[in-house]
Amino acid sequence: MRDARGDIKRPIGLRLWLSGGWLTLLALAAIFAPLIAPQDPLAQDLFTSRLPPFWDAKAEAGYLLGSDSLGRDVLSRIVYGARLALIVALVAGTLTCLVGGTLGLIAGYYRGWPDRIISRFVDIWMAFPPVLFAILLIAVLGPGLISIIIAIVVIDWTRFARVIRAEAMSQGVMDYVASAQVAGRGRFGTMITEILPNVLPTMVALLTLEMGIAVIVEAILSFVNLSISTDSPTWGGMISEGRTSVHQAWWVLVFPLITLFLTVLSFSQLGEGLKDRFDPVLR
Amino acid sequence: MMYQVKDLRLSFPDMVHKRLFGAAPRIEVLKGIGFDLPKGAVLGIVGGSGSGKSTLGRAMLRLLEPDSGQILFDGHDITHRSEDDLRGMRRRFQMIFQDPMSSLNPRRRVGGIIAGPLRLHGFDDTAAKAAEALDMVGLPRRFAERFPHELSGGQRQRVGIARAIALRPDFILADEIVSGLDVSSQAQVLNLLEDLVKELGLTLGFISHDLSVIRRLCDRILVLHHGEIVEDSQTAALFDAPKADYTRELLDAIPLPDPHQPWF
Amino acid sequence: MKPYLSIRNLCVTLKHGAPILRSVSLDVSAGQVHGLVGESGAGKSMIGKAVLGTLPRALHIRSGEIWLDGVDLLTLPLQERRKRIGATAALIPQDPLTALNPSRRIGPQITKRLVDILGWHKNAAEDRALDLLAEVHIPDPARVMRSYPHELSGGMRQRILIASAFAAEPKLIIADEPTTALDVTVQKQILRLIADMQARHGTALLFVTHDLGVVSKVCDTLSVLYAGKVVEDARMQRFFMRPVHPYSAALLAATPTYTNPTGSLKPVPATVIEDVETEVQQHDMRAGL
Repeated sequence: MRDARGDIKRPIGLRLWLSGGWLTLLALAAIFAPLIAPQDPLAQDLFTSRLPPFWDAKAEAGYLLGSDSLGRDVLSRIVYGARLALIVALVAGTLTCLVGGTLGLIAGYYRGWPDRIISRFVDIWMAFPPVLFAILLIAVLGPGLISIIIAIVVIDWTRFARVIRAEAMSQGVMDYVASAQVAGRGRFGTMITEILPNVLPTMVALLTLEMGIAVIVEAILSFVNLSISTDSPTWGGMISEGRTSVHQAWWVLVFPLITLFLTVLSFSQLGEGLKDRFDPVLR
Repeated sequence: MMYQVKDLRLSFPDMVHKRLFGAAPRIEVLKGIGFDLPKGAVLGIVGGSGSGKSTLGRAMLRLLEPDSGQILFDGHDITHRSEDDLRGMRRRFQMIFQDPMSSLNPRRRVGGIIAGPLRLHGFDDTAAKAAEALDMVGLPRRFAERFPHELSGGQRQRVGIARAIALRPDFILADEIVSGLDVSSQAQVLNLLEDLVKELGLTLGFISHDLSVIRRLCDRILVLHHGEIVEDSQTAALFDAPKADYTRELLDAIPLPDPHQPWF
Repeated sequence: MKPYLSIRNLCVTLKHGAPILRSVSLDVSAGQVHGLVGESGAGKSMIGKAVLGTLPRALHIRSGEIWLDGVDLLTLPLQERRKRIGATAALIPQDPLTALNPSRRIGPQITKRLVDILGWHKNAAEDRALDLLAEVHIPDPARVMRSYPHELSGGMRQRILIASAFAAEPKLIIADEPTTALDVTVQKQILRLIADMQARHGTALLFVTHDLGVVSKVCDTLSVLYAGKVVEDARMQRFFMRPVHPYSAALLAATPTYTNPTGSLKPVPATVIEDVETEVQQHDMRAGL
């Protein structure tokens, strides 16, 4: 039978290109920060304090995006800040996905008592206010990169657990699962070979979203000065410092904000873009 | 005997009428089903929605565990066998599902869908065997590379058949396998199944709501109504002189493509 | 007699040009039932949707005319077209499960159209709904009016949808596979009900179905569709005695019947498909698609 259903084309992955492009740029900047950054991000120099960005008449060469009140180069600090932001995004995002995804998959597919235990746990967990919880955790663990990552995983695994559980449940009633049972595949094998590929697209979308969230959480913690030591530049720390001098030097606040915004947006769009491009099933 | 089913009962918890505390009341879906199915026979199972025909099918394949009664498969009691004990036997009874869109994993290719069960049961050369199965159901071998959504309804159902026969089972249960298909592909799938049953010497259980389809294929017919067998007859006898009122009602309700049939 | 609904050379395409309906023409007169038969993907539902103005966003009407009660709907401005359709036509949908809003009671769902679109008084609309529910043989209509959809069986819900379709005395009803989701015994009751209601109200009925058996019971005339093209237009008696187009004949031969125990089913032969494909392609070439 001829029909036009096959004529509907996949959308071109424009958002995949844009978001992927920005994130690649950021990753390269982070890796090669010492080569790219025009200045030492920590070098203070009161003679160059509060220099405006390059298009302003009072700008100085070598300070493309201006400098802050201590005379530190904004661009260099953003580039070095990308290191921390991306490490947090990748490590915390992946760990959260693994912990939450695994528990959600088990709860949604096995049902019964594993589901009851996991779901109850999730409910209780979600009753804690997340930011307070994070601040409390850092206060106990002490500031530092590892503490931030632990805090993000501990707070956000429930998001994955919930969504993946629901997805695994709806996949679990499909006949291809019954068909795997007819073929004699064990419960665990069915979960890995049949269910997992079908929740994977959701998981990837959530993962990229979570990476964006991790960047924000890190920024918030830096903003309230609970991130890592003031020696290494962070976007959140820059925003926090820029806030105090926004009337004299708006660029100290605005450029890290834009970077943060673009990065978080790119992470969420990357997930959608990947799904459009690589999921064999159009939904 | 391929199957001996004795006084089979099965119920589901009724979550709608569950009280806040305590167990949910149970709805009896099968109320004492019993029949024998000799090897090589083609058995039709007919009934409306809610008659329990699909539940009976799934109990026969032990996708569901009965409350009481007995199911013997080739002399082995499988009524309450654990999944681990069943695993070795599962190759011998296979199933073709109603909705191939739901029964074929949408994110696996056709080749993998057919070869997966073969690998599980220790067949060697699974890719070649999967290709043979595609030949047998009349699909080109290159379809092994496709995803289910890239096939038409009739083609998908052929993949479902290929997956079942590739394991060389003794018994196949076909659960409403043509109800979602257009008449043109319906006829093709039915003819294909008929040929395969003869060629491979299969015993077949054929569940359908459509007596017209059943008549084509089956030697003997069970009519189910509200979880009970209301008629168990040879095919010719059932159509010539239906014993149960419900069978007659079913027959009378079928609109034949013939304007002269007195119907209303 | 002038047909109540007359579709002339209707072409519907996907946004980027792939044809869905290929100059479809058909007529339905008042008091007549016209069947639209075809396999999935043939575009039979799209004809009804085009008439009611509910085509999916991805489709658009490229050319053609849809005359309803002497007016070409496609020449009317959108608002006026909607109003006209709302006042003269109604739909009996395929799936009684999803066609009713699960969180609202039955009563308001029937009366809504009367009150909102036709400006009836609420009490008058309710009286009308009660009468209609009785007319479609629903026991205890007053109780059913207060029920929620999930409390009723599939057959009951389909009766309610039929009552609701007839509520505003439309001149045209489009029934889109109205019994496909039902058991065969329930299907018979529902078909009889639709036929009775149609005869009593003298409505023009466009009956979309894939089942030739059903067509032979309820229709006066029919069109057979393949790939969005009408391949045969016939009176019902003549069609079942002597189908003219090879595709129609093949379709008829492929329909299983329990009265024919020995004769095997004949799948639609590949040559017939090839021929009708060629016919469709030639049509596209002539139309410059």
